[in-house]
Amino acid sequence: MTHLAPSDYDAIRLSIQVAIAATLLSLPFGFTVAYLITFVKFRGKVLLEVIVNLPLTLPPVVIGYFLLILLGKKSWLGSLLNDTGIRLIFTLKAAVIASAVVGFPLLVRSIRICMEGIDPQLINASRTLGARWHDTLLTVILPLSLPGLVAGSSLLFARSLGEFGATIIVAGNIPGVTQTIPMAIYEYASSPTSEMMALSLCLVSVSISLVVLFFHEVMAKKMVRKG
Amino acid sequence: MQLSLTAQKRFVAFNISANFAVSGERIGIFGASGSGKSSLVSMVVGLLKPDSGEIILDGEYLFSSSKGINLRPEQRRIAMVFQQHCLFPHLNVKRNLLYGYTRCPVQYRTVDFATLVCVLKLDGLLSRNITHLSGGEKQRVALGRAIMANPRLLLMDEPLSALDDSLRFQIIPYLKSVSEQFGIPYLFISHSIVEMRLMTDTVLFFENGTLIEQTSSEQLARNRMGDTPVGYINLLELTGMTKRDGMCAYHWKDNELLLSSGNQDSINGLFELSSKDIILFKKHPEAISARNLLKCTVVGLFDSGSKLGVELQIGDGKLISEIVAAAARELEIVPGSVIYAAIKASAFRRLSN
Repeated sequence: MTHLAPSDYDAIRLSIQVAIAATLLSLPFGFTVAYLITFVKFRGKVLLEVIVNLPLTLPPVVIGYFLLILLGKKSWLGSLLNDTGIRLIFTLKAAVIASAVVGFPLLVRSIRICMEGIDPQLINASRTLGARWHDTLLTVILPLSLPGLVAGSSLLFARSLGEFGATIIVAGNIPGVTQTIPMAIYEYASSPTSEMMALSLCLVSVSISLVVLFFHEVMAKKMVRKG
Repeated sequence: MQLSLTAQKRFVAFNISANFAVSGERIGIFGASGSGKSSLVSMVVGLLKPDSGEIILDGEYLFSSSKGINLRPEQRRIAMVFQQHCLFPHLNVKRNLLYGYTRCPVQYRTVDFATLVCVLKLDGLLSRNITHLSGGEKQRVALGRAIMANPRLLLMDEPLSALDDSLRFQIIPYLKSVSEQFGIPYLFISHSIVEMRLMTDTVLFFENGTLIEQTSSEQLARNRMGDTPVGYINLLELTGMTKRDGMCAYHWKDNELLLSSGNQDSINGLFELSSKDIILFKKHPEAISARNLLKCTVVGLFDSGSKLGVELQIGDGKLISEIVAAAARELEIVPGSVIYAAIKASAFRRLSN
């Protein structure tokens, strides 16, 4: 730890900030998508599932490039955001979006597994006891999906900490602004004199990931016990 | 309660085509597994939409394909007790009980929580987690939760099927008393004739999604006596057990019955006795191994499939025995005949204390 430079502390802080923001941003969308896939019958459900899982199979750089096109000034969305004074490319917000997109399938998958374990009769019971669908959603489905939400969030958080390919394309590698731990390590690794600095950051990264994954395993076991 | 239902529903494997009007407080829907009972109640409660037809409860349309009416389950005020208790695992007993109550419009809230807790003997369980309850306790909580929703109709979809025999007959008094005490009519679904006789007055008998007959639960049991391997099940409330010669002597009405000792050793209880286990004699036999020989009068005869049911008056008690037509001719049994019924001490089976 003694080999960490002040900019490394910024990278650690930014990594944690990005991971937290990406997790919080994804949660409502992840819950909604998992709910739609699990409980709602509609045309195009398979297409939705494919789109949601696409980031699992694509190289992160490809995702980053698509995001760059989508959020860049030349796209309708980018120009719309630009007109309203919102600039995303090469900002921390872009890093958050990149992390959220890359980790989104992990979140949806965890919530969905948990939702699929909910006995449909519990939902029927709730309806016959006078609960409207949104009441059932909030008082039955949401609490019973909680282990999935927590497990999915921890996975997305861990994935965000390690996110590199998509982030470097849309957010760049600006120290103190968008430089997260993986990018700082990449920079150190490119320099022959910074081996210890790179190793120190690697240890920090491993430590944070261990804590998060330990939390994830505990929640996963809780899910199994409940199931 | 008046329920009128005309509904058609096509499934991949079979169709439901039901048409009936029924009134009463204790209605049964009887049929074998896969006869469409659960689908039918799902239509009544609003969890399954019929392809066409009408469902009218106490004059109000719950569903009408021609009028374009389909009330949502939460609008129907019909609570349901499921086969598996379906209690919310994230809520404790008290919060489960109050789930429907808090969602019930204030003007309909008539069931008193404290009374219900007392009737169902849930006092010590209120703060408990659902996972820490026994099967019988869970089903009592499920029943209480449905009652607390203050429904105008209670649907009980085989609520005893997941319980073992001893628990089933412990729960039945709760099911009956709660509904009677709070004045809530119910539809009771089961494939057990004994449960039907204990729980209902009128029974709708379904087979392959079609209504076969609408009759009393007693008549249904008699009609099906000849077709079932167990015959007609006589239900006997036995009291005041005393030990005698290694056997249990019970009072039954103004008679005394001897039962084999064993797992039947308790003071009172509800027992079942199959019509097949009652052997009839024209005259008093000299000596027989059966420990119960009762003098009785034939008060009625009825046909049931290939068998003949003989209704026997034994003091204040009544039993039904089954014989074949040839035996009836040989014994010259007609209403008014005085004959003897022999019952083995081991023929009785305890249902509950």
